[in-house]
Amino acid sequence: MAEADRAFRIRDIGLTGKLVSFADGLSDSANRAALAFRAAVEEERWEGIEETATTLVSVFLRFDPLTLDHDSLDARIAALLDREDWLAAPLPRGRAHWRIPTVIGGSYGPQFLEAASCAGVDAGQARRDIAETRLRVLTVGFAPGQPYMGELPDRWNIPRMSRLNPQVPGGSLVTAIRQLIIFAGPAPTGWRHVGQTAFECFRPGSERPFPLSPGDEVTFREITGEELEDIRGTDRSGNGGATREDLE
Amino acid sequence: MTRSLHILQCGPGVTVQDTGRIGRLDNGLSAGGAADLLALHEGAALLGQPSGLAALELAGTGGMFEAAADLRIALTGAPTPVSVDGESVTFNASHSLKRGQTLAFGHAVRGNYSYIHVGGGIDTLPFLDSRSTHLATGIGEPVKAGSLLPVAEDSGVGTGLALDVPNRFSGGILRIVPSVQTDQFDIRMLERLQETQFTRDPRGNRMGAKLAYEGPRFSAERQLDILSESVVPGDIQIVGDGMPYVLLGECQTTGGYPRIGTVIPPDIPLIAQARPGDSIQFRFVGRDEAIAGYRSYRSQLEALPNAVRPLVRDPHDIPDLLAYQLIGGAVTGNEEDSDETLHRS
Repeated sequence: MAEADRAFRIRDIGLTGKLVSFADGLSDSANRAALAFRAAVEEERWEGIEETATTLVSVFLRFDPLTLDHDSLDARIAALLDREDWLAAPLPRGRAHWRIPTVIGGSYGPQFLEAASCAGVDAGQARRDIAETRLRVLTVGFAPGQPYMGELPDRWNIPRMSRLNPQVPGGSLVTAIRQLIIFAGPAPTGWRHVGQTAFECFRPGSERPFPLSPGDEVTFREITGEELEDIRGTDRSGNGGATREDLE
Repeated sequence: MTRSLHILQCGPGVTVQDTGRIGRLDNGLSAGGAADLLALHEGAALLGQPSGLAALELAGTGGMFEAAADLRIALTGAPTPVSVDGESVTFNASHSLKRGQTLAFGHAVRGNYSYIHVGGGIDTLPFLDSRSTHLATGIGEPVKAGSLLPVAEDSGVGTGLALDVPNRFSGGILRIVPSVQTDQFDIRMLERLQETQFTRDPRGNRMGAKLAYEGPRFSAERQLDILSESVVPGDIQIVGDGMPYVLLGECQTTGGYPRIGTVIPPDIPLIAQARPGDSIQFRFVGRDEAIAGYRSYRSQLEALPNAVRPLVRDPHDIPDLLAYQLIGGAVTGNEEDSDETLHRS
């Protein structure tokens, strides 16, 4: 615990934000710690906390410094950090397992072969790595509902490109640093475009505008381009042919 | 007759805005909302209504609007020449706009974002408890000529009130405090940040504003190892080319560029309203000074409803100048005078 504590950091983000980080780099335990710690902060209902959110290994707290001053908040966070072994925390309840149909490679994933080559595997192995690894939504962010999923096998620890992809379409599957993202909307990115789904991460106007939650598990089911076009032609739900199953 | 405002014509970037979609960061959705939140509060004070009601935000370019019912309106934000049925009206004030009357909104004299508030508020369909258009994520869309904007029932009464407002429309010195990577910047770099005279670059929108300057670029230690973390409006990111980019309300929710500091909330309108070429400087302030500044800003917001005063029209110094600018549609050599007129009237 003492050893781990040293990796925990509380930092300011401006006058109204605190960031509690459980590691400097992504790890499964630090991600679980962030999810559990955020839930604990929400349960505490400290007056002055206006909003909380998780990133890969951190919890962000937005607060009103006129109601809850910086020093008191720092002290409360430190006390809560000491309360339990956050790195051993279980995953949150109410998670789901999503199976999302995906075209891998070809014109639907123009950088798939390049990414496979960076990972040092042939196309067949790369397909299996993407389609057979059960991934977890580590965080949702950057754009509405956009999931960062991980982790792929270690060989997929490939860097982001220094030159941006000028635009990948919404629903595209991109990869870097052992993670996959389904893009919420068309956007430029430094991640390599390896596949395409018809999954909409953000559905304004629907009952569940943000279908994915941190902790959810995801498997990509490989389909053909024709199947994807069929789904695009018929799906009105935004699920893009994906199925959702409660985990507990 | 439905209460509504008819958009006869308008430029790009006219959107419905309120205080934003608060509390959705964990879903990856930033709050957005009015680029100049102070202006939103000023308009609410002028109409004697809650500051959470939606108003129309104009991004520097004008428009023509017709009242489809008797409305109370207020004009705030970037000072702009405005007339009702051809007669100039005072900015930072509330007015009556009778059914069938036309409001001609000119180009802002300085600043970027002006607001038309209506009594009762604009009554478009809320999504996640807000009516704010969030352009970056496709929530809502800019208002188009020909559309009718619904207006809610107005329980308030009275117009002809004015407010004296702080000038936040030409850049200035912004107070900053540390952000998440401030300690990864060399102390001399932090000093240089405060010594540098920046200007607002033309590149920018409701998501953020880029700055320009002459001199060596900024960089953080170990900046390639930075994990993407939560960002807040006011964060000063040092982007790939070493230039500062200040995040605004419609920013993404996370970012992996190093952040050298964060502009405190009261000073965010200064950067949002700065035009290309306007001067921007940063000054690190201690936490006590920053908190005192924030406290004073919040008190100022609370005191706004009591700060309104009767509008005294002085026909000798208002209409001609504003009418001239409305026709010219550009900043004139009389900028100083016009600004003073707008604020004094």
